[in-house]
Amino acid sequence: MKNPLDSLWGTVISGFVLTAILYFIARAIVASTTGTV
Amino acid sequence: MPNSDWIFRWFHIMAGIMWIGLLYFFNFVNVAATKEATAAGEAGPISKYVTPRALFWFRWGAVVTWIFGAALLGTMPAPGGDNGFVDAFLLRGRMAPIGFGAWLGTIMLLNVWGLIWPNQKKILGFVPATDEEKTKARRIAFLASRTNTMLSIPMLFFMATGPSSFSQTFLYH
Repeated sequence: MKNPLDSLWGTVISGFVLTAILYFIARAIVASTTGTV
Repeated sequence: MPNSDWIFRWFHIMAGIMWIGLLYFFNFVNVAATKEATAAGEAGPISKYVTPRALFWFRWGAVVTWIFGAALLGTMPAPGGDNGFVDAFLLRGRMAPIGFGAWLGTIMLLNVWGLIWPNQKKILGFVPATDEEKTKARRIAFLASRTNTMLSIPMLFFMATGPSSFSQTFLYH
């Protein structure tokens, strides 16, 4: 499999995918402590 | 807001622009330009005059950004009872989003000083290295730099949204 980091667009798209994953994790953490989601 | 808050924020943003701006220069401009110049036999001036200067501001910009970011977190009120720096890095409650940004920024700083700079020193001839070592160093520095470019995207998302009252209400509510 080709490393996505070898391509500039692969790098940028990986960054956006990682953002989405981390966002939902962060949102779940905030919700678990405040019970608002 | 404590008096120090705006100063820390101001310097954190200025140094951050220096750091991430040069990271984007390397990844969006310099890699392709150097590749083309090397093929044309004209890469010498780039690695002699441009890259060392860019790397100087890049690596020290990273340090200054982290220091003022850490200081800024320290001024933030923390729901966990500790100071904001501790709560952010422990991903506690509403400090979790900015904590993700802080962790990503810290990993990126370690990448700069632990992988990019030591390998760039070999590539640029600041430390002795064989051709084989230089080829390996080139690949490691490239991938570390690309990793930082990838990490910068979620890092900037959390820096932009983590601490604001708007995002606390709408994004993380």
